[in-house]
Amino acid sequence: MNATLCLGIGNRFRRDDGAGPALAAALAAHTLPGVTVRTLSGEGAGLVEAFATAPRVFVFDAVASGAAPGTVHRIDAHAGSVPRGFFAYSSHAFSLAEAIELARALDALPATLRVYGIEGSDFGAGEGLSAPVAAAVAALVDEVVAMLAGAQAHA
Amino acid sequence: MTRKTIEVDYLARVEGEGAMHVVIDDGAVTACELRIFEPPRFFEAFLRGRDHAEAPDITARICGICPIAYQMSAVHAMEDIFGVRVEGPLRALRRLIYCGEWIESHVLHIYMLHAPDFLGYASAIEMARDHPELVRQGLRLKKIGNDLMTLVGGREIHPINVRVGGFYRVPRRRELETLRADLEWGVAAAEATVRWAATLDFPAFERDYEFVALRHPHEYPFNEGRLVSSAGLDIAVADFDRHFEEIHVPHSTSLHARLRARGSYFVGPLARYNLNFDRLSPRVQAAARAAGVAGGCRNPFQSIVVRALEVLHAYEEALAIIDAYEEPAQAAVDYAVRAGTGHGCTEAPRGICYHRYDVDEAGLITDAVIVPPTSQNQPTIEDDLRHFVAAHVDADDARLQWLCEQAIRNYDPCISCSCHFLDLTVERR
Repeated sequence: MNATLCLGIGNRFRRDDGAGPALAAALAAHTLPGVTVRTLSGEGAGLVEAFATAPRVFVFDAVASGAAPGTVHRIDAHAGSVPRGFFAYSSHAFSLAEAIELARALDALPATLRVYGIEGSDFGAGEGLSAPVAAAVAALVDEVVAMLAGAQAHA
Repeated sequence: MTRKTIEVDYLARVEGEGAMHVVIDDGAVTACELRIFEPPRFFEAFLRGRDHAEAPDITARICGICPIAYQMSAVHAMEDIFGVRVEGPLRALRRLIYCGEWIESHVLHIYMLHAPDFLGYASAIEMARDHPELVRQGLRLKKIGNDLMTLVGGREIHPINVRVGGFYRVPRRRELETLRADLEWGVAAAEATVRWAATLDFPAFERDYEFVALRHPHEYPFNEGRLVSSAGLDIAVADFDRHFEEIHVPHSTSLHARLRARGSYFVGPLARYNLNFDRLSPRVQAAARAAGVAGGCRNPFQSIVVRALEVLHAYEEALAIIDAYEEPAQAAVDYAVRAGTGHGCTEAPRGICYHRYDVDEAGLITDAVIVPPTSQNQPTIEDDLRHFVAAHVDADDARLQWLCEQAIRNYDPCISCSCHFLDLTVERR
């Protein structure tokens, strides 16, 4: 088992909702040692199961909170509850926020669980990210690669 | 006059947006409405002018929790027009993917949406702190349903592998074999779910419902059969329009369905179960006997037990299909397009889902009618609320509101599908 799991959440056929999968694809291309990269739909049961597979989990998902497109929200799941309704997804309202709170109630949160919410603007049908989201994803990939490489160097 | 109102402005643990409004005047229920205010979604209009082959993928978007029901009803209706029969392993794979959908949907409802009502929690998250093993069992049962959907359907939400005539790609036998150990665990866990559900406290509540479901000569129904009811209805799916109608009511963006002859009726797990108990396996029947519901079940609060029995059925059925699976030579049956009208009706987790399409000689859709299960159950849900509130009119408002919301969740309503739901208002005057 790799110590670090990066999860890209979203649907690449719904424009900016593909921010998470695009970020996961870019991270996977870096083949970082000790890092597993996966793309998930965001369904709750699958997320809770995925959280149990690594002690350090980073989640990347698109957000529609009303902030400027491309804004990156950084949330430490151990610091407090994740705002519901923040992540645009629902299948009987069991998605990322509920999965994190359910994992917390089950005492099954990984030691590190950080969520990066990338503010989207276009969630219409089709592939490709809007310019501000594409730029935010590129910058976040560099930040995460540097962070993970730094963690390896210190390991 | 003493007027009391019970209002729930936004119902929780249901899919979609709706509200409940109850008025009690001098101890008598004078109004009882399930108000559906989710915007209408116009799917039937979107379909006009589209190619027949697009219907399964467009209609799948009606629902994130029961897309297979829409895909299956659509493909059966199109195959009805083109005179296509899908048999053998392709037919079995359609049953297998439906097993996945019933597992995903029923387990989510049993463990995450309905169990908190019975155990006294506002949500599954609060329930998980006191009942962690129960919730873990539910999560694993649901995840296996997701895996089944992903393997056969291409992905767990809005699968993309179903087409008129069959599938775009069929799974290899060895791929299905990877699910065996999980499915075997699931059979035992589903039996445990039935045993647990049977221990819950159920409010005493029964009415003389007309149950409507599909009935197949040999199988517990998924995709095929005649439409039958507990009042003697026994018709071909093509005769749906002659016996059922949809009407508009001002407080709902979802149409209400009625039997033309007798009014409201009941679809879903209780209807399927009461009309098809003899089609369940000896193992499911034994679990039903142990749970005390083998003689039939008319208490909608016990639907959680029947849903658990259907989960057990779906796990057993999935294993049997995988055991017998032989890879088909081609992923879909060839067919020629022709003009006509076709009907399809399959058993969504919440009950029958009826589709009718007209297509022209080029295979383009000229008309579409879709009757989802929740719009069929809405009049029955309102009747239940009216009778339930009348019998519990002296309960305090908080308790009455709790029980009313629970009574609505008995039906696992999918408001997004029906408008195609929920705020509760009880007004006492």
